Amino acid sequence: MSAAELIAALSAVVPEAAYEVLEASDSAVTPSILVPRSHLLATAQALQATPGLEFHAFSDVTAVDFHPDRQPRFDLIYHVVSPHRRARLRFKVRISKDEPVDSVSTVWPGAGWMEREVFDLFGIVFEGHADLRRLMMPDDWEGHPLRKDYPVQLKKDASTFMPLQVSPEEFRANMERDRQSRPRTS
Amino acid sequence: MALDTEFEIPVLTTTVESVVQWARRSAIWPVTFGLACCAIEMMAMASSRYDISRFGAEVFRGSPRQSDLMIIAGRLSRKMAPALRRIYDQMPEPKWVISMGACASCGGVFDNYSIVQGSDQVVPVDVFIPGCPPRPEAVIYGIVQLQKKIDNSRMSDQSPKARIA
Repeated sequence: MSAAELIAALSAVVPEAAYEVLEASDSAVTPSILVPRSHLLATAQALQATPGLEFHAFSDVTAVDFHPDRQPRFDLIYHVVSPHRRARLRFKVRISKDEPVDSVSTVWPGAGWMEREVFDLFGIVFEGHADLRRLMMPDDWEGHPLRKDYPVQLKKDASTFMPLQVSPEEFRANMERDRQSRPRTS
Repeated sequence: MALDTEFEIPVLTTTVESVVQWARRSAIWPVTFGLACCAIEMMAMASSRYDISRFGAEVFRGSPRQSDLMIIAGRLSRKMAPALRRIYDQMPEPKWVISMGACASCGGVFDNYSIVQGSDQVVPVDVFIPGCPPRPEAVIYGIVQLQKKIDNSRMSDQSPKARIA
């Protein structure tokens, strides 16, 4: 299925969205289309649920920062796979800084952690994400390192302390529950 | 010595200090803590070809509570730094640290936001080993240097009180 055919199938389900075909060197294997930001969630639902499209597997979401050459500066790049149609699709969403975008983790649960990674490194906010925390950088980190205007050779003291992930009360409760669940040895 | 004539068996006199330091330097047990590619060279050092057991440091312990030496083998990321410090704090005194390779010692090629530019910002380092990565022979040389350092230091230098002061 070519990009134009995919757009035709999508437009039947989401008629108000203006899709565009994107040129790609691998378009024979992975057709690429541009999705407007406002219709990302509807498009994702259509790709997942429409008979004949059936992109059930979420492969990847990543981002590219084109600062300062282009406005809007970010490309969000999604890869989805249809295992039983043996088809792939790449779709892109162009967004600018501080512009939130709908989370597709409600459509493909596997997108959850990948959206956390994009949020962590690019500062793109995914609305409707259940747990949008940093994934790679420390929780108290400031800034988003893969943005092109981020100071890469940052001079900063290393933190040597990390709070415990559970409180002492929670730890004791966990130990007690563990003890209760074990069979008595004596 | 007069003692030789009084006893029938040979007697060697020494000090408690030097016997204790001899015992400490002859069985340096490293904690199993590899961070990156330097850890591969560290493992090669422990295996039979290079055989660090010739110098008494082959017993890699899985627990920091049984270890004397931490070999920081690889680049230390800022997120790993608190974990490294916690493991170091769990090791009983006396304890030593070897910073292995360019990345652990000064950041190496990773002059960026995510890597600690020198692990001596996090823990006190006794021996720095240069190289990217250092060959196993270089690490063995570093351990021998550490043994010399232990031999030449006093017991009181390594008490927790002395380190805090």
